Amino acid sequence: MLLQVGFIYFASVILICALLVIASKNPVHSALFMLPLFFHVAGIFIMLNAEFVAAVQILVYAGAILVLFLFVIMLLNVEREEKGRRFQGNWPVSAALGVTLAGFIMTILVRSSFTGTKGQYTIEAVRQTGNSEAIGKVLYTDFLFPFEVASVILLVAMIGATVLAKKKLN
Amino acid sequence: MVPLSWYMALSAAVFCIGVVGVLTRRNIIIIFLSIELILNSVNISLVAFSHFMNSMRGQVFVFFIMAVAAAEAAIGLAIIIAMYRNKETLSTTEINLMKW
Repeated sequence: MLLQVGFIYFASVILICALLVIASKNPVHSALFMLPLFFHVAGIFIMLNAEFVAAVQILVYAGAILVLFLFVIMLLNVEREEKGRRFQGNWPVSAALGVTLAGFIMTILVRSSFTGTKGQYTIEAVRQTGNSEAIGKVLYTDFLFPFEVASVILLVAMIGATVLAKKKLN
Repeated sequence: MVPLSWYMALSAAVFCIGVVGVLTRRNIIIIFLSIELILNSVNISLVAFSHFMNSMRGQVFVFFIMAVAAAEAAIGLAIIIAMYRNKETLSTTEINLMKW
């Protein structure tokens, strides 16, 4: 019962914040509405016994990505943009498309059953070692090569962002 | 105990809100924020599956998605800055260099 109430609280805050993100006029407000959204998504992760992912969610999304967004918004002239129109001209069509997509996904969800062979990491087994250790074991054995590729992606992003954003020296 | 379908419904709803944001907004920064919303919704469903299937792979995938999201945000915002330097606008309707 307590879990259901917690889920409904987290889900309603997430949905309200998501709607405010795409509806508010000022990009700064949009970025700031992302902050409670990220925290409540981390709460959902904790409800699902994924403590490590919840911590990384707060560190990476709320700590790094959102601050990056706010820095860029600060560098650009937002006030002039606010005077223009908020939505595209054909926004009712797009919104109807989005609602239709939601309806399709919900229909598929109602009609499907989630079955499959379960893995070895039951809640008790994870509790014995700890969530971070269990993730680390999988990450450094089964997913070692993707992990290295992720580091290359981050290196490319670092170099690419520097090259793209720097001024041309003439 | 919260059933898996609740998490899936939440994930689907956030995903569709993100899609509507990408399709309807003019401001390119909010389009990027909507893409972050979409990635977050996928993270929710992956962690939920990982929990209900007793597997760690979903959480490892979320880890990789976060790495890709960080890289995407850095590159995308650099592109926005480079474009703003040339065109002095954030509106996607005025950025039509490659339209024909």
